[in-house]
Amino acid sequence: MEDIRILTAGDSSLLIEFGHEINPEINRKIKSMVELMKEQHIEGVLDVIPAFCSLLINYDPRVTSYAEITRRMKKLLKVETSAGSEKKKVYEIPVCYGGKYGPDLAFIAEHAGMSEEEVIALHSSKDYLIYMLGFLPGFCYLGGLDERLHTPRLATPRIKIDAGSVGIGGSQTGIYPMDSPGGWQLMGMTPVKTYDPERETPILVEAGDYIRFVPVDEDEYLRIKEQVARGEYECTIREGEV
Amino acid sequence: MGIRILKAGLLTTVQDMGRTGYQSQGFGVAGVMDVRSFKIANLLLDNPENEAVLEFTLIGPTLEFTSACIIAITGGDFHPEVNGEPAPMYTALYMKKGDILKFGSARTGSRGYIAFSGYLKIPVVMGSRCTSLNSKIGGFKGRKLMEGDYISFRIKRNYLPFFLSRKLDLHEYDEESVTLRVVMGPQDDMFSKQGIHNFLNEEYTVTSDFDRMGCRLEGPFIAPKTTSDIISEGIALGSIQVPSHGKPIILLADRQTTGGYAKIATVISVDIPKLVQRKTDQKIRFEAVSVEEAQRLYQEEENSYIAMHALIHKPCKEVLVVRQVAKRIRRLFPDEA
Repeated sequence: MEDIRILTAGDSSLLIEFGHEINPEINRKIKSMVELMKEQHIEGVLDVIPAFCSLLINYDPRVTSYAEITRRMKKLLKVETSAGSEKKKVYEIPVCYGGKYGPDLAFIAEHAGMSEEEVIALHSSKDYLIYMLGFLPGFCYLGGLDERLHTPRLATPRIKIDAGSVGIGGSQTGIYPMDSPGGWQLMGMTPVKTYDPERETPILVEAGDYIRFVPVDEDEYLRIKEQVARGEYECTIREGEV
Repeated sequence: MGIRILKAGLLTTVQDMGRTGYQSQGFGVAGVMDVRSFKIANLLLDNPENEAVLEFTLIGPTLEFTSACIIAITGGDFHPEVNGEPAPMYTALYMKKGDILKFGSARTGSRGYIAFSGYLKIPVVMGSRCTSLNSKIGGFKGRKLMEGDYISFRIKRNYLPFFLSRKLDLHEYDEESVTLRVVMGPQDDMFSKQGIHNFLNEEYTVTSDFDRMGCRLEGPFIAPKTTSDIISEGIALGSIQVPSHGKPIILLADRQTTGGYAKIATVISVDIPKLVQRKTDQKIRFEAVSVEEAQRLYQEEENSYIAMHALIHKPCKEVLVVRQVAKRIRRLFPDEA
């Protein structure tokens, strides 16, 4: 815990800084800390925001104080967590790439100097770590996009991007959880709802989980879309070694 | 049994203290901008602390009551009128069936609140009735109110004890300049000495870029030592982020959960209401206090609500002024008017 700093963020929040870089090791420490906090039910904690390399803790100063919450956090940070042998949870997200589902796939391929098929194969060849959620409900900041696929954002963002769109923006890839304006290059579409306000758990995934994109053809896409609409589709979740 | 929106005003939404507990999934808190005015409105009616209210901005709405209800209006002064007659603020106010409550534009402050003794019939979404305009959930269909919208009351509650005592002092928001107390950090070490000096000693002006998400200020440059870009992290209410252009932005109720700019300081909770009632071109200064001092002030504010509660729960001396009592009682008997 030598590099870890606890910083004040006003009278109702505390920021724990775990480092200054984006790497899976640091991110895992944050996930362990969040889990530890859940187990221990720290009195007065209202909300936590795990991010790439920090954790913001919002608390009720009527219930606890800055000194008290800092003391409890320092104690928790000393708890050794079993790093190394953890299992990872991988959500398999079906994606129909290209055509009307991914209007910018050709541009991404051209920019990368590859064929569209090669782009699809590369994009769907690895598990992406969900470093954090933010920006919009259920929006995942994924790490690990192959450098060859890094593609600049659109010069003029689109007014509306449909929920389920899968795209690339700079060095990041991800899924739009809801209709929103945006400047990412769109390469495909998933029928899976990563955010569904009607569902018991509105957000499908958690920070620290992984996402694997699985290419499907249009027929399969439409079949899954129908299952999703009937509330019958269950995302495949694979367990793996970190 | 409820209210009909005859005119929506500029931005009128259903709000409570916000949707906490889901920020790790990207759901912003939202909730009322001015917690103090909100709490006083509910307090005047013995409502639960977190009961939903209407919040309106700069230009208020016009409402028709389709059944009787007791209301309380707080926040900025928007010239409230009932059936064309000036209506008092910071007072429990009896509305009859068919009454029209009309607001104009803000004379003082910039946000107003109405609490209802009948409680607004708004579904609870993830623990809150507040409207989240970003996530398009909660409140009335996840959006701001529009002409023709109708909201029912959940209960009929047209009697409150100590009715005549239920009034509190009006807040005037007409100060030329307000001082916001801040706790420095979390990234004050990323700014130059001169930058911090400017921040704590110079005057800043509220720009027109001021909405429920945040308030952008104009004023002397707050220079970062090198850059103010950081790896995205969680944002607290009242965080003062300073992008590399050196102008501060104070993040408010509808802020995003995470952001990638350094934050020089955080406005203390009890001073957020002062900020959100400012208007474009009004002035702001900052003063640093310790986190312990900020939490002491927080507790003091809590105690002030307890004092207000006590004040409105005893018989008032006006009971002895017969003419005044008669005037107020007459409103309770519409048929005799």
